[in-house]
Amino acid sequence: MSRTLAEKVWEAHVVRHGSGAEPDLLYIDLHLLHEVTSPQAFDGLRLAGRGIRRPDLTIATEDHNVPTIDIDLPIADPVSRLQVETLRKNCAEFGVRLHPMGDVEQGIVHVVGPQLGLTQPGMTVVCGDSHTSTHGAFGALAFGIGTSEVEHVMATQTLPLRPFKTMAVTVDGELKPGVTAKDIILAVIAEIGTGGGQGYVLEYRGAAIEALSMEARMTVCNMSIEAGARAGMIAPDQTTFDYLEGRPHAPSGADWDAAVEYWKTLRTDDDAEFDAEVRLDADELTPFVTWGTNPGQGLPLSASVPDPEAIGDDNERVAAEKALTYMGLEPGTPLRDIRVDTVFLGSCTNGRIEDLRAAADVLRGHKVAENVRMLVVPGSMRVRAQAESEGLHEVFLEAGAEWRQAGCSMCLGMNPDQLKPGERSASTSNRNFEGRQGKGGRTHLVSPLVAAATAVRGTLSSPADLV
Amino acid sequence: MEAFTTHTGVGVPLRRSNVDTDQIIPAVYLKRVTRTGFEDGLFAAWRGDGQFVLNQEAFRAGSVLVAGPDFGTGSSREHAVWALMDYGFRVVISSRFADIFRGNSGKQGLVAAECSQSDVELLWKLLENDPGTEVTVDLTKNTVVAKDFTAPFTVDEYTRWRLLEGLDDIALTLRHADDITEFEQRRPGWLPTTEPMPAS
Repeated sequence: MSRTLAEKVWEAHVVRHGSGAEPDLLYIDLHLLHEVTSPQAFDGLRLAGRGIRRPDLTIATEDHNVPTIDIDLPIADPVSRLQVETLRKNCAEFGVRLHPMGDVEQGIVHVVGPQLGLTQPGMTVVCGDSHTSTHGAFGALAFGIGTSEVEHVMATQTLPLRPFKTMAVTVDGELKPGVTAKDIILAVIAEIGTGGGQGYVLEYRGAAIEALSMEARMTVCNMSIEAGARAGMIAPDQTTFDYLEGRPHAPSGADWDAAVEYWKTLRTDDDAEFDAEVRLDADELTPFVTWGTNPGQGLPLSASVPDPEAIGDDNERVAAEKALTYMGLEPGTPLRDIRVDTVFLGSCTNGRIEDLRAAADVLRGHKVAENVRMLVVPGSMRVRAQAESEGLHEVFLEAGAEWRQAGCSMCLGMNPDQLKPGERSASTSNRNFEGRQGKGGRTHLVSPLVAAATAVRGTLSSPADLV
Repeated sequence: MEAFTTHTGVGVPLRRSNVDTDQIIPAVYLKRVTRTGFEDGLFAAWRGDGQFVLNQEAFRAGSVLVAGPDFGTGSSREHAVWALMDYGFRVVISSRFADIFRGNSGKQGLVAAECSQSDVELLWKLLENDPGTEVTVDLTKNTVVAKDFTAPFTVDEYTRWRLLEGLDDIALTLRHADDITEFEQRRPGWLPTTEPMPAS
């Protein structure tokens, strides 16, 4: 029987098929941990007298709470400090490998896994974080889970799950210069809505997807959750193999050959059927930005703030009215006229080396506008070191941006990197929810190229606006 | 987990769609390492507004939340479920839930009851016209009842069974420990482990 990529990976991990309403029991190949969603799971294990079944398939890093300056000092916020210290104690007690603040491998959990070569095609990857969908860029089935499920995976290395439906998201054609993976995924979300992917695994395919680098594929898969989908996947190909070869945890020698042979089978069969299909044309895409308070409220940068009166659906109209009030925007204002206070370059969506390179190329020879602060937060300490070896940090510093240590930072503002009430940001992160980047903060989601150009002009801009 | 069969409590109309997990509980409230005490973070940004529904006397002690579509979108934080339960909610009614939120609810015994949007609208009107009205959610019959209004709701069958029986997922899975061991013996040897890297 012909099958989709997601169905192949699912079938390869079924420990036990459920009967009737009972879910399948699925084996988990890699479990990623961080400090925020794990403490109650460790407590649950202790209460029940259970251990971690496979600590050798488990890895932890500190990312959500960590400050991005003065990391040699104790964390100032005592509650954040306790959470980080709790992770350290738990990992020591249960024998889990941890990359703590200051460690050369520390960083955002979804940047660390792939760069170590731990994320590989055909694997099942979970983490108590919804952006686990990132790892699907390798053709892995990767999804976020809640703390009860974290405890379940710790205790059993499995999860009871019902199969997801499958949706093909085909992006034909070729991206124009200045248009990026971020614009693809923002356009997809605007197209299908924040609930459009619910219950589905999205498989991104088509010429424009195949042409993307691994970093760019991770950006696309990362925001599958913003379309409501649990996971996003891209079939592995030579780009994937080239990225993996030689990484610390990638197979080598005869193992490499055996692995590649298997990975090459991980493609949707030609006659396989998806439960739903969506098609986009990359040639028609332009830089995309959000204007509202959910990631589906986005438009091309050349557009204007929409008029809620023109929206037919009652719920959507009310949502748009509330969003514009919160965002402090008037219908009809050209998006290019929107002035920002802060530019944030980073996160598990756009904190990889390619993102920093792209932004640095735009910033070179320019200055960050007066009254604008720009934060550059590498996704991991490895990314930071790589950027420094290429001199990118000098470009950022000369332009007047702040060059920070690795972490989630202003994407969700659990550390001190937050917007103040009423402040407006252009952010390469993934969520523009009310208060996401700090209470009362207003977020516009953008690509790294738009972020850099916006930093220079002080209003939402694309690199083309700089010439 | 405590078994759930039926619950009766004050219904709270929350006329908002896309109530994301950052609204249910903002990230700054996620720093606790315990499982209790999250009620102070529930809808924190909205609780400062005197007009917010939970600040109105008749709704303060509510335990059945009636919300717009796409409730619980966004992050995987189970803290969203804990915050709702710590406040006193036992049921959320919506026409559509985010997948992870619905899964997390089922693990904790919070019933995420899916009703049609037209029934949600009728419930909103009923609760707004007569604040303090009690709603009965019966998981044995899959019905929501308020005064003379009755509507069906859906919850996935397996979750419903677990909720009715009050069964713990991990204990259920551990009944199949032998299957897991057998599966592990079949896994290809080249799959990665996280064993510490050799010093480079």
